Amino acid sequence: MNWRLWIPLFAFAAFLGLAAYQLTQPKDEFVESRMVGESLPYFELPPAMAGVNGIGSTDFADGEPRLLNIWASWCLPCIAEAPHLENLKRQGADIVGVAIRDRPEDVARFLAQHGNPYSRIGRDDLSEVQLAIGSSGVPETFVIDGQGVIRYQHIGDVRASDVPVLLAELEKAR
Amino acid sequence: MIRALAFAAALVVALPVAAQQTMPPAPFAYRQLENPAQEQAAQELMETLRCLKCQSQSIADSDAPMAGDMRHQVRTRIAAGESPDQIRDWLTKRYGDYVSYKPTVSTTTWPLFAIPLLLVLLAGAILLRRFGKRK
Repeated sequence: MNWRLWIPLFAFAAFLGLAAYQLTQPKDEFVESRMVGESLPYFELPPAMAGVNGIGSTDFADGEPRLLNIWASWCLPCIAEAPHLENLKRQGADIVGVAIRDRPEDVARFLAQHGNPYSRIGRDDLSEVQLAIGSSGVPETFVIDGQGVIRYQHIGDVRASDVPVLLAELEKAR
Repeated sequence: MIRALAFAAALVVALPVAAQQTMPPAPFAYRQLENPAQEQAAQELMETLRCLKCQSQSIADSDAPMAGDMRHQVRTRIAAGESPDQIRDWLTKRYGDYVSYKPTVSTTTWPLFAIPLLLVLLAGAILLRRFGKRK
């Protein structure tokens, strides 16, 4: 029998094998920002509630590296990451918050309940800053160096194991 | 009684949804531009931009708040005189090719265009060998 008859069958089996392998791989739904390595685009945000300072991109270029935390009072993982942000603050990190589509009274209630690790909180009702820095969800945390350049992006809530990573990235950005 | 209970349960389940919707949508999330030509350009662009929160929908198709904010960006930028290509570039600079549904030939995507062509040529060659000889 002609061995070449089997080639299409083997090709098909190889294709099935590839498809089966790919199906067992976990799906990566993270969209990484291409703005890592770029300067923060110009923006100015009003305060997210009474008694806090708003933020502008110019606040970042003062020589100090900072964390820029994209969050919202309606976001459940943000509750989970609150104690870890508090921990980062205790260890010397300056955390600036951007509240996405949030109302001042909700922001105030969230911070009263879960603590306020932020030195400033801007109000981003139209996700403008979020889109401008390439963030695709809430929460996300960016490391911004003292020149206002985005150095690192953490997607999803900050967990205990991410705290040393973020501190190291802050140190690197110094 | 059971109906009332079911309704109450449904309300509780719907709470997280309501929480995201307490803010009014962005001004141009659902409002069309006054200029029909501009609105058409915006609509065509929105149909080829991926919603980042609901990744298998375009932003024109999605009711996610973030998709509304992206439509607002598209419409206000079109109204301000930016071209659809400029807006697409602005977004791909931030999210990569992933955000665009418009197919482009690049160093990673060229096999998608080349392989079908090769297969057609191969099939043509095989057919010619099989049936061409009989003449």
